[in-house]
Amino acid sequence: MTRTDDERKGTPFAPHTDDEVEAMLEAVGVDDADELFDIDASIRFDGEFDIDAATEQTVTRELTETLARNDDAVEFLGRGHYSHHIPSLVDHISLRSEFITSYTQYQPEVTQGFLQVLFEYQSMLVELTGLEIANCSMYDASTALGEAATLADRVRSTSGSRVLVPDYLRSERRDVLENYVEGAGLTVEEVRTEEGVTTPDAIERAIDDDVVMAYLESPTTEGVIEEHLEEIGGLVDDHDAMFCLGSDPVALSLLRSPASVGVDVVIGDASVLGMPASYGMGLGLFACRKEYLRQVPGRLVGASEDADGNRAFTLTLQTREQHIRRERATSNICTNQAWVALRTSIHAASLGPSGLVSLAEQCHNLAERTATRLDEIDGVSAPVRDRHHFREFRAHVDDADAVVEALSADGFAVHAIDEGTIQLCVSDVNEHRIDELTAAFEEVLS
Amino acid sequence: MQHHTQTIWNDSDSAGYEPLLSERNMDTVEVDGTDLPDHLTRDSLELPELSEPELARHYTRLSQMNYGIDSGPYPLGSCTMKYNPKFTEDVASLPSAAVHPDREEDSVQGTLQIYHELQEYLGRIGGMDAVTLQPPAGAAGEFAGILVAKAYHEANDEGDHRSEVIVPTSAHGTNFASAAMAGYDVVELPENEDGRVDLEALSAAVGESTAALMLTNPNTLGLFERNIEEIATIVHDAGGLMYYDGANLNALLGRARPGDMGFDIMHYNVHKTFATPHGGGGPGAGPVGVCERLAPFLPTPQVRENDGEYELFEPDETIGKVHGAMGNWLVLLKAHAYIRRLGGDGLRDASAKAVLNANYLASQIDLEIPFEPFHHEFVASAGDRDAADFAKRMLDYGVHPPTTKWPENVTEALMTEPTEAESKATLDQLADAFAAASTDDVSELENAPRQTSAGRIDQTSAARNPRLSWQQLDDS
Repeated sequence: MTRTDDERKGTPFAPHTDDEVEAMLEAVGVDDADELFDIDASIRFDGEFDIDAATEQTVTRELTETLARNDDAVEFLGRGHYSHHIPSLVDHISLRSEFITSYTQYQPEVTQGFLQVLFEYQSMLVELTGLEIANCSMYDASTALGEAATLADRVRSTSGSRVLVPDYLRSERRDVLENYVEGAGLTVEEVRTEEGVTTPDAIERAIDDDVVMAYLESPTTEGVIEEHLEEIGGLVDDHDAMFCLGSDPVALSLLRSPASVGVDVVIGDASVLGMPASYGMGLGLFACRKEYLRQVPGRLVGASEDADGNRAFTLTLQTREQHIRRERATSNICTNQAWVALRTSIHAASLGPSGLVSLAEQCHNLAERTATRLDEIDGVSAPVRDRHHFREFRAHVDDADAVVEALSADGFAVHAIDEGTIQLCVSDVNEHRIDELTAAFEEVLS
Repeated sequence: MQHHTQTIWNDSDSAGYEPLLSERNMDTVEVDGTDLPDHLTRDSLELPELSEPELARHYTRLSQMNYGIDSGPYPLGSCTMKYNPKFTEDVASLPSAAVHPDREEDSVQGTLQIYHELQEYLGRIGGMDAVTLQPPAGAAGEFAGILVAKAYHEANDEGDHRSEVIVPTSAHGTNFASAAMAGYDVVELPENEDGRVDLEALSAAVGESTAALMLTNPNTLGLFERNIEEIATIVHDAGGLMYYDGANLNALLGRARPGDMGFDIMHYNVHKTFATPHGGGGPGAGPVGVCERLAPFLPTPQVRENDGEYELFEPDETIGKVHGAMGNWLVLLKAHAYIRRLGGDGLRDASAKAVLNANYLASQIDLEIPFEPFHHEFVASAGDRDAADFAKRMLDYGVHPPTTKWPENVTEALMTEPTEAESKATLDQLADAFAAASTDDVSELENAPRQTSAGRIDQTSAARNPRLSWQQLDDS
């Protein structure tokens, strides 16, 4: 029985025929579904939402037209949000409806597939970070950072109230961190870096026994690879504070394992694999040392056996979670970013270890090569610091806003940092436009 | 009884191959292709190296071992698992939707317009004056909403003494956790015999320390609070704020609005009410709506319209940020498409059918349902049977079971929410599954499930001996 939307006069996603509705009303013993609403007359809503219904075709067309108002720019933007080419396999598999239309795995016997994917995701992060525990997602890097700080507060044997962050930390991340730590009574303080790199001296000056966590990023928001992590890790450890590092799975494929330089928690945005830059929608990476197992925020998938002795997977250690421990839970997270973790897993598995390492090497080499080319142009000085870079770098120009605006007119999006500084991010998705970008720079500055 | 069949491609006979990604072709790759000094780079990376055909089969097989709403009914109470229309995925996959969050406002007018329209839609649906879309999940919305309440009290110089948030015992666990994260002491409020807020207990609990009451309405028993205006008056007279947990908003669409009931703050679970796919546990989105006097405290930035142009702005007394960017944008985009597809009348009809479905299913089930009349969900009691065993047996009958053992004021609770997306025939199948599990021997329940891709999984040993990565699989 096919009916048009006009005949349906209601949600197109309820399968009821009129006869069925009649039969159901009769079974329930009312004449109209309205009688089932037990709402005081004084607060019943009789108004209109002023939202017209539309066909699938119309909604799709309208939203496509609205999104077409977005300029079609080649983005050389980064600062914590990155894009890499996503293999087609990722879309085709992740959009299989058994994956995308499922709920949290409360009944593991019928959700073994997703649980295994999340177990594999956790395992890949364990290899990349060198830490023993990875959860199966946070919302994004900023909220993961907030959770890391409250974890530090919970596990620290002595009290303390200070969280150290580097001066290059994005203001958005710091803002989120401050909201997360306020309830725990912690304060956030900035450590000055020298030419984009954190020095052991700066940490030594800032740290004392009141510090519960010291946070750094590598690569930094400016695309710089931190050079003194091991020494800093030792200093942080001397004060019984937690050492937290922000990174991402591509960078970690190349850089020295965080665990080996004394890092206790790795956070970051793992959606650099699996998602395009979706207006900042992310996947919070969270990995930590085994000692924190009972205090880890978020969900964990563990291996077990079924009744026949076959290996099987299940959500585990749920006594930490909000539905059991309530106000004593290790976080309030219920819905997380599981499907993004699925996409990240497929992308990482598609690349494999050789593909991951090549992509990471490319991210390093492209940044250095592009900076060198721009540096040769009159009116640009890049890299502005003699540092090791990953994906991105800063460059000096006389008037950053003017350069950004002129490049924008040529269809390129780059960051303006301050009056005389811009920042560019290069990877496999925009590499093929570097010649045009360089030409645009020459034109703009001539 | 039509069984949901889990297709299993079982190759366990083939030379001991166990189908975990790590068990094929683990490969170690040396790292040396850059000019970086050795002390900054790792020596090697060890991960599985598989071909695309192998991966396509691996993940396809895993998908076949997973139950989604397209596989069958999913009547998880309070989770609102309804059918997810497919066209929204096409919209969310448009390349023009994939923009970097640092793009200049004038170059992403389309994204900002949709963002703004959704703010407006949600405001009208909830009866709220201002909406932020930033919180990336319902619990994140609770946290943001409670931070807004806290900022409001602080702005009124009451931050120091308003230290408590009141939460009914039967509320979602996230309410307690979110309030605690924001630094509040949580005061539990027991329900009365009708399963609703006990006005005397509420009056005794509120006072100068009260920052807010967090309430779900209809509550987790599916019951609408009869004295909601009086509840709001008691809380407001004490200087507290009313927080609405939007988990059950599907039961009210177009019938009543939290703002009209006296709620000052609410969050929306767009992945529930507005049918955006839940993705096996997220991403969701948890927009927060507030009344006018709380609007200045919302997270920054907000989107506003000015002569057809859209711009970001910072509310005067903003709490700052609760997400690094603008929330789970693609989920929000799907919610926008869904709301527009249904329109006001469709949303209203969805509630009517959801409530009819719950009442019809309950009428076909021969289990005790202690609290009535309910709206979109009901809590049946498995009686002297273990609700978790009961649920496992339902899996054998090809349906996903309800939420179990919660709320705690119903013995062996089976919290059931069919949503509007199920037909009478499917509801009859669900009723058959309830009936069959009710009459099976207890031993059959305890040994269930038998018809699924895995047998009953030992969760105790998983927790006692945690093995959380393939690196730990050999540990025992």
